[in-house]
Amino acid sequence: MRTVGKLTWLHVYLVVFLVFLYAPAVLLPVFAFNSSRVVAFPLSGFTFDWFRLLLDTEPLFDATRNSLIIAVITAVFATILGTFAARASTRYRFPWKKGVMGFVMLPLVLPEIIVGVSLLVVILQLGLNLSLWSIILGHVLICTPFCIAILSASFQGLDRSYEEASHDLGRSHFATFMLITLPLVAPGIIASLLVSFTISLDEFIIAFFLSGTDATLPVYIWGLVRFPQRLPSLMALGTILLVVSLCLLVAAEYVRRLGARRTGTEASGGFL
Amino acid sequence: MSEPIIRMTGIEKAFGDVRALKGVSMEVRVGEFFSLLGPSGCGKTTLLRVIAGFEEPTDGNILIGGRPMDGVPANRRPTNMVFQNYAVFPHMTVAENVEYGLRVRIKDRNERQRQVDDALAMVGLEGFGARHSHELSGGQRQRVALARALVLKPTVLLLDEPLSALDKKLREQMQSELRHLQRAVGITFILVTHDQEEALTMSDRVAVMFEGDIAQLASPQDLYRRPVDRRVAGFIGVMNFIDVRVLGAVPGGVEVDVAGLGRVVVPAEQAPGGTEGPIVAGIRPEMLTVLFDDSDVAARVTEGEIDEVQYFGDMTYYDVKIDGIGKPVTLAMRNTAGRRVLQPGDRARIGWGPDSVLLLR
Ligand SMILES: Nc1ncnc2c1ncn2[C@@H]1O[C@H](COP(=O)(O)OP(=O)(O)OP(=O)(O)O)[C@@H](O)[C@H]1O
Ligand SMILES: [Mg+2]
Repeated sequence: MRTVGKLTWLHVYLVVFLVFLYAPAVLLPVFAFNSSRVVAFPLSGFTFDWFRLLLDTEPLFDATRNSLIIAVITAVFATILGTFAARASTRYRFPWKKGVMGFVMLPLVLPEIIVGVSLLVVILQLGLNLSLWSIILGHVLICTPFCIAILSASFQGLDRSYEEASHDLGRSHFATFMLITLPLVAPGIIASLLVSFTISLDEFIIAFFLSGTDATLPVYIWGLVRFPQRLPSLMALGTILLVVSLCLLVAAEYVRRLGARRTGTEASGGFL
Repeated sequence: MSEPIIRMTGIEKAFGDVRALKGVSMEVRVGEFFSLLGPSGCGKTTLLRVIAGFEEPTDGNILIGGRPMDGVPANRRPTNMVFQNYAVFPHMTVAENVEYGLRVRIKDRNERQRQVDDALAMVGLEGFGARHSHELSGGQRQRVALARALVLKPTVLLLDEPLSALDKKLREQMQSELRHLQRAVGITFILVTHDQEEALTMSDRVAVMFEGDIAQLASPQDLYRRPVDRRVAGFIGVMNFIDVRVLGAVPGGVEVDVAGLGRVVVPAEQAPGGTEGPIVAGIRPEMLTVLFDDSDVAARVTEGEIDEVQYFGDMTYYDVKIDGIGKPVTLAMRNTAGRRVLQPGDRARIGWGPDSVLLLR
């Protein structure tokens, strides 16, 4: 019977696909708690040592702090820029709109290595020092298009008459933006913050090129990979990151649904 | 007559190549219920948005309460608007919606609260203050939009097809409520609608718009009885259009030859647009009568055959074929006690007279 055969193949495909996608992620916590120094089966015993070891690693904390600072500032800046750009592109007509928006969205498809190298050249030519700010600059550049894409959808879904009604009821454009527009696109803004935060947090190439003495977490991890004996603590670190990002995702989805329920809109789409 | 509340002269509005408004001039009187009526795309919404300040006219000027409105933004005009989709802010409660415009005007919280309560009571929404817009029906949402605008005591309230989203029964109820509300508050209302019945029943005066210009501005009665041309006549109510030949002016009117009906002298006031150029005769369905008995009389009588019958309970509409008239003529009869309803195929004597006929350009 053809349909059954088809279904079976699809099932196999699905299972293989999911295994490839998630098996590495599942292996992380498994080896993070494995007492052997060698990352291989069979497992030898349960331990918290690798986590304890992480706690004693000073540079790890510096790298984490750097990454968090960069990711937070990047998320805020990229979302602010994205909000303005998305609003402009959905609400106003201006000359060369297509070209301008295309240019703004370009980093989406630009290889990061090009962004990294060219920014490095520019910063050195200008005689500036590499710092966290140079990484932030690069990250804002690559995150903004994602924010624009997310927020454009929000602004497009926002009925224009809400803003007009607010203006009509005597409020200035600024008050309207703060009191009506922002709350109504809040789910989009949260999504934008989250996405740019995540992109920035695990971005490697630009951070690698533009970090001076302050390494970010991915750059620091890359440094660790060269030492096989540090691999288990790397697994522990990966486990922590996994749990943190899962929590973040769940929290963001919760906030989004809360917002959707308050405004009575259908809580469809989203991340989960 | 007192100074008009709104005076517009030569308002033009172009969107790129589209001329949405082509030199509209009109006046709206203090405290009247004014309607803008016209087919889809004729520029009603655009005109309303020009008054509200959402669209800058390409040309012409507008005075509201004697004050020129050039460059005055929507938030500083003495007008408020009820949007077609009501635009009740979904992230605020009903009370917060109504309070929204007051917050910048009245600093005292208690006074604000009192006015919000009054406004909600006025539209029959006491006790709904804590609800959100998605917990309201369409009619209730519309009341919130009304309260939110009226609480600011605008000089003019603008309503863009506020009833079109409601079902028939609720729409009729809201029509009479709106009318009562307007009388009670005494604020000038400008209502946009494409429903001629709504415009006629609710308004003191109606402006009929076609293709970006006002074709006629008159009271509902005058619009119905004395339409200036065949476009207006065809848009307001039902009208039979019949070919006509002008024979010449005679004392007291114009002598014409109406196809299928014959010669008649039409009083001059029944040719409100003059008789120059190509004209057509217009006859309202209720201006023709079926003469059931031989004893029934009319100024003029003609013969016809019933083609179709539409029975409405209180009225019956007949389509009657009359020799010499291409299309069947529609005729309306009240169903008074004991009056028969004719059947298709029946022959009937049709009565009419000089005052039945309008001459239209
Ligand atoms: N923002 C705009 N950009 C371009 N053209 C527009 C715009 N707004 C209106 N128009 C055009 O102007 C004309 C009048 O539009 P308007 O919305 O005023 O019509 P309307 O009488 O309100 O019609 P409806 O009964 O369908 O609401 C239409 O041809 C419309 O396509
Ligand atoms: Mg309209």
